[in-house]
Amino acid sequence: MAKAELQQTSPKMKEKEPPLKGTLASVFLLGFFIIFSWVSVYFLFLHRL
Amino acid sequence: MHLHKYEKIWLAFGIGCLFVFLTVIGVSAFAEGNQPPSCLTTIDPEKVDQTPPFDKPGLVKTGNNEYQLNIVVSAFAFTPNQIEIPKGAKVTINVTSKDVIHGFEVAGTNVNMMVEPGYINTLTKTFDKTGEYTILCNEYCGAGHHMMTGRIKVVD
Amino acid sequence: MMGETMKVDRRDAKLTLAHLYVAFIALALGGLAGLLQTLVRSGKFNLPAGISYYTILTTHGVLLGLVLTTFFIIGFQFAAVSRTSGAFSDRVRFWGWVGFWTMTIGTAMTAFFILTGQAAVLYTFYAPLQAHAGFYLGLTLVVVGSWISGFAIFAHYARWKKQNPGKASPLLTFMSVTNMILWLVCTLGVAATVLFQLLPWSLGITDRINILVSRTLFWYFGHPLVYFWLLPAYMIWYVVIPKVIGGKIFSDSLARLAFILFLIFSIPVGFHHQLLEPGITPFWKYVQVILTFMVVIPSLMTAFAMFATFESYGRSKGATGLFGWLRKLPWGDARFFAPFVGMLFFIPGGAGGIINASHQLDQVVHNTVWVTGHFHLTIATTVVLTFFGAAYWLIPHLSGRVMTKAMNRLAIIQTVVWAIGMTFMSGSMHFAGLLGAPRRSAFSTYGNSPQALEWIPYQIAQAVGGTILFIGIILVLVIVTNLAFFAPKGETEFPVAEAAEPAERTALAMENWKLWIGITVALILIAYTIPFVDMIQNAPPGSKGYKLW
Repeated sequence: MAKAELQQTSPKMKEKEPPLKGTLASVFLLGFFIIFSWVSVYFLFLHRL
Repeated sequence: MHLHKYEKIWLAFGIGCLFVFLTVIGVSAFAEGNQPPSCLTTIDPEKVDQTPPFDKPGLVKTGNNEYQLNIVVSAFAFTPNQIEIPKGAKVTINVTSKDVIHGFEVAGTNVNMMVEPGYINTLTKTFDKTGEYTILCNEYCGAGHHMMTGRIKVVD
Repeated sequence: MMGETMKVDRRDAKLTLAHLYVAFIALALGGLAGLLQTLVRSGKFNLPAGISYYTILTTHGVLLGLVLTTFFIIGFQFAAVSRTSGAFSDRVRFWGWVGFWTMTIGTAMTAFFILTGQAAVLYTFYAPLQAHAGFYLGLTLVVVGSWISGFAIFAHYARWKKQNPGKASPLLTFMSVTNMILWLVCTLGVAATVLFQLLPWSLGITDRINILVSRTLFWYFGHPLVYFWLLPAYMIWYVVIPKVIGGKIFSDSLARLAFILFLIFSIPVGFHHQLLEPGITPFWKYVQVILTFMVVIPSLMTAFAMFATFESYGRSKGATGLFGWLRKLPWGDARFFAPFVGMLFFIPGGAGGIINASHQLDQVVHNTVWVTGHFHLTIATTVVLTFFGAAYWLIPHLSGRVMTKAMNRLAIIQTVVWAIGMTFMSGSMHFAGLLGAPRRSAFSTYGNSPQALEWIPYQIAQAVGGTILFIGIILVLVIVTNLAFFAPKGETEFPVAEAAEPAERTALAMENWKLWIGITVALILIAYTIPFVDMIQNAPPGSKGYKLW
């Protein structure tokens, strides 16, 4: 069974990467949250200068 | 080692953001002078009361609209602790400790520095709004830590 | 995967369980201290006569920040190494017990001096506040005990490598070894300040102490310390969670790379805790800020790997659409749910961390209660919920029991309670901190200052959150006690996932310890040598000790 699986998956891997659109969207949402937080506090710093 | 195409995009974006952040704070610090307090001047912590300018703590006018505010910090007090500053004054705040480590924070402003025995720390702030600010100690220094306080009144 | 045993050896299990018992006792006592702090700070409650807020605060920090974490981590790593690299030899196990007892005696000693009011110096013990020498000696024993256990793990790893020439070590073993190397290199700093500065000074052998050198050595240790906490959580995320949900490890070699990056970049960054200090030049502060940002990169990789694991699994179960895979995850399984909630809290936790380390932004938040809010997201939610999630299979695996459906449901409730409590507590800490409320302070209105009065509603919210969190602690103690002593007998799996694509050669290349340790040491020397020499050459007169509590 293990062998059959291996044969099925490995050629596919080489041709096409696994679909990870949701992952890309998720990490970008995370990235935007970090940017938003950072910029907010940076503006607070500038405001208090 | 295989990197998924999307992971390459994500890491490029993420690392790019980190470099943008570093550039922003780097330019702000080194080009615009917004460095964190790093005075590097030393003092004998047991002779603070005899060492100028801390032998006569308080607000001193040093130029047109420019002032020096020298504050002695000790357990558990700021000396002086009631300060009136004219609006628009550019004030260089110098602090030092006579005993343990303290914090010097003017709440709601960027004035925030560590006060360590043996060192003078300094920050410059322009007070361009009238009002009252609370000074407090934000580094644990003992049983009376939360009782340490002072006021800055910015007046016309 | 050859040579891999499926179960932790019974005798090794006992060693891990002993560590976990101490960890959860620390959680109970430290959590109670935390509850009392939030109540005091609401202004509505006074501690019964004689007990100082700062004694309680020191107890909380030491028990939860140092004892709970170190005991859980070393216990977990013993189990992880025994599970993936085979049962320990009698010698390794013997030294594991020596390490355990050394740490336990050290903990008891430290606790004694704190509770008798001789060491209200908080868990960062900044000189020149001077605790009783027994406090420092107790902490020394905790660290020395952890070193003994670390070397026991290294010895077991060396034996595995000898028996399996030319093979890459199992992922969990590799990660445990990396974390213990990180720990060993960083604790050298705290050991140096305790042994050469604080101990002789508190014993009266020396009169005076160089404050800045002591703080710098402490923070050389203090930041990698948080990665020593975080990496075991990452081990669970990378290796255990994929198996729990029924998926695969996204990438074995990227996981190994992330751990190596943590080893290299998490140490030469201590100055970002000292940004507002007078004795360090702005240039060297900025150098370490840059290095601090580098340590974000392996966490960015981890975020991608986690989402990718979840999405790949969901899609293999037929999920469609951009986020359809989320619905396929086992939300009713506490072994998954608790760590997952921990991951979610790491998003604001990580964002806050980048803010704290950003040079001038630190001026806004430094030593305000924002910082307390920050590490209650990272350590007290992300790491702790992941550890709870691990305890739900690790304890029954070791005690030969199974988690019942009722206990699993209780664990889900526990996670929700924790998330709600922490949202209240940490959220209000963040906002109060931005307004200027200080950390590590008993209730005070600062002479009825209008600004300080504005903070009180947030402090009440912290007490509400703290109370909810304490309920969470009671729940987890009920579950853990059940799993250790009362749950039905049976077999519980220690989940270890397989990699989607085995990459033996890359994995083997990742075990070039000489290279990694060499780079680590080089970066430490670059980041610290010049400023450290400067501190000593331009030192002010030293400080004598103060007992101000």
